[in-house]
Amino acid sequence: MKILVAVKRVIDYNAKVRVKADNTDVDLSNTKMAINPFCEIAVEEAVRLKEAGTASEIVVASVGPKSCQEQIRAALALGADRGIQIETEDSPESLNVAKLLAKVVEEEQPELIIMGKQAIDSDNNQTGQMLAALLGMPQATFASEVSIADGKAQVTREVDGGLQTLAINLPAIVTTDLRLNEPRYAALPNIMKAKRKPLDVKTPADLGVELKQHTQLLKVTEPAERNAGILVSSVDELIEKLKNEAKVI
Amino acid sequence: MSTYTPPLQDAAFVLDQLVGFDQLCSDLQLEEVNGELANVVIEEAGKLASEVLAPLNSAGDEKHPTVNAGQVQETEGFADAYQQFVENGWATLTGPEDFGGQALPNVLSTAVNEQWHSANMSFALCPMLSQGAVEALIAHGSDELKAQYLPQLISGEWTGTMNLTEPNAGSDLAAVASKAIPEGDHYKISGQKIFITWGDHQMTSNIVHLVLARLPDAPAGVKGISLFIVPKYLLDDQGQPAELNDVSCISLEHKMGIHGSPTCVMSFGDNGGAIGYLVGEANKGLSYMFTMMNHARQSVGLQGLSISERAYQQALQYSQERFQGTDRDGGKIAIINHPDVRRMLMAMKSGNEAMRALAFTAAAEIDRAHTGNADSKVRVELLTPIVKGWMTELAQELTSLNIQVHGGMGFVEETGAAQHYRDARILPIYEGTTGIQALDLIGRKTLFDKGAALQELQADIQATAELLSNSENQQLRKLGAQLESALLSASKAGQWILANAASDKQLMGNVSFDNLMMMGYLTGGWLLAQSALKAVELQTEDNSYGNDFLNAKLGTALFYAQHYLPRISQHAETICSGLDQTFALDIEQL
Repeated sequence: MKILVAVKRVIDYNAKVRVKADNTDVDLSNTKMAINPFCEIAVEEAVRLKEAGTASEIVVASVGPKSCQEQIRAALALGADRGIQIETEDSPESLNVAKLLAKVVEEEQPELIIMGKQAIDSDNNQTGQMLAALLGMPQATFASEVSIADGKAQVTREVDGGLQTLAINLPAIVTTDLRLNEPRYAALPNIMKAKRKPLDVKTPADLGVELKQHTQLLKVTEPAERNAGILVSSVDELIEKLKNEAKVI
Repeated sequence: MSTYTPPLQDAAFVLDQLVGFDQLCSDLQLEEVNGELANVVIEEAGKLASEVLAPLNSAGDEKHPTVNAGQVQETEGFADAYQQFVENGWATLTGPEDFGGQALPNVLSTAVNEQWHSANMSFALCPMLSQGAVEALIAHGSDELKAQYLPQLISGEWTGTMNLTEPNAGSDLAAVASKAIPEGDHYKISGQKIFITWGDHQMTSNIVHLVLARLPDAPAGVKGISLFIVPKYLLDDQGQPAELNDVSCISLEHKMGIHGSPTCVMSFGDNGGAIGYLVGEANKGLSYMFTMMNHARQSVGLQGLSISERAYQQALQYSQERFQGTDRDGGKIAIINHPDVRRMLMAMKSGNEAMRALAFTAAAEIDRAHTGNADSKVRVELLTPIVKGWMTELAQELTSLNIQVHGGMGFVEETGAAQHYRDARILPIYEGTTGIQALDLIGRKTLFDKGAALQELQADIQATAELLSNSENQQLRKLGAQLESALLSASKAGQWILANAASDKQLMGNVSFDNLMMMGYLTGGWLLAQSALKAVELQTEDNSYGNDFLNAKLGTALFYAQHYLPRISQHAETICSGLDQTFALDIEQL
């Protein structure tokens, strides 16, 4: 079985997010970047399926400028077999990514596509769903457990108030939730081997996709700073302040 | 307890801008290795260091290893962490490819090791000692011994130890008294060894002891010591650990620091003799030790940086969380805003960055020396005692400053600041005390070649000072003047030593420590000044560091020049006095 995993380059979850002075976007200059944590879980799941003998090949794809090859290499170091970078400008929007990935799926014919449920930068939670719609494939989102047998995937999903278990026919799209697995650290010999694994670069034109802009980023602002707290001397004063200053009661 | 954040950006800066890592790799004919790969390796190691090893650091301090019936039980959690360390291949970093290693440069290993030691020095000592055993076997072992022991030592499946010291043979190894009696294809080893780091544990299926001992017909003194391999478990026909050898840990030392690292008294041959195998030729054991010495000493110097970096990170965090004093508007002031606290933080930061620059530079010279570069061989010899001596001495001051930043809370054990201070205290002692390093620097490395290597270094420092002085940047020009003035003091003291100390051994001993410290502050200041020069150059172009980092580099170098460079003239003045009052009093008067 061949698995396609999509990974996104995002700001490292440990890094402090800064907004550009003109409020046009987040400032990513000289910021530590990493694989989106949900995508890393997707890579880990694919590698575990390969180690279990269920999968035979793992292809990892990323959409973005050349710098996202770092994240593809990181996925190769975790155990993916080869990479595909689809060259675009920074931050392509979800529908464009889904369209590009759909073409990759048509070329590669994987039986399973695993992606993060969302990226921690834009938090959209939509690319996997869009890809399923474009391909007309079944989808199981927010997976916390995946097992493959008899041409089907059984996927446990984290839904409000509990767990839901689905069986879907392959090929299918699974998007990962946080508790699906705990990604491993890359081992030194695998970091070295990752350098030698094939990494193809394609353009949207190669894939016959025309990128269209459907949304426009108007502005980004920092969250309002939290004011310092104050100590009140009595319950009466607290109630007075809640009524007249905070106006919450 | 304090967390640890790997200093990825500074490591990358030093590797790329000071060491010239890409050029080094091409000189070493490592086609696939470059700065980009190095950054990935360092970052991935940093994850294991900060997320797995660092959280175990205080556990090792509080729950010491124990010994029972000759077997040491290491601190809980260490075995799992070691397993992960091995599974992720970190033990293989520099080993030769023929035996399963990755054959990566020593300087990259230095950058990675810095993180292991910062995260958990007690833990990291174990793979560090294995590394020593690997080097000894590669350089001097027979093909048979290499085939039997190297793959498992390089993978980390087994660990290695160095059994040198005996109760009466410390700095003076000529006094080694352990015996080796030939018996067929092997030797029967007996004797007691002390201060054996990670001499026993349950983390691996075997432990490979390298042991210094004397053959029955060996000449007295240093020329009669041979090196043996003594496995904890003898290997069966398949090369697997089988029968327990006649070796055991008879007690553990109670130490002031590095509690997580079991320091063993090892007894060989209590029941007739431990079976051992000769490494290389008879009676050459001590000279074999010397072939590994530069690397081993630099490794300990590096620990001085590691522990100081960890201490700095803790001080930096605490000083922003602790509020003392009130500003004019009635707001509480975080202590990081008080000048004296800021001075201590800057002393730590600038000291650390100078040490990192020096440690990586010296490590890269070992790599270059391996390619046959004669200048690098000379430079390694000169820099090694400085790396070991100065960096471990500076670590005493910097880990102490962390406690000072914490105030009373630093004196309380729960804060964890005290652990770094206690852990650091071994560093100027083991692998050759500061006194030994100081004598090595002034004797073998300075007087022996009549100052030739020293003058080469001084010329390089002068060249940097001139580049700075010719800069268009006013702050760099100021830095250049400070460096030049420091160099002038140091050069005068150096000339004084060459003129006076060669004929007077007493004088040489008296001033050796001041000479070591002076050379440390000078080389550290030189490399930090070079860093500042690079940082200012890089600011004018598109760079991957960010101007905040580059500005900070300049500011750090300028602080160092104000805070540390003046110490050079003080040491120089002491040197030129000959410190001839050292023996002014009779022993009875002391």
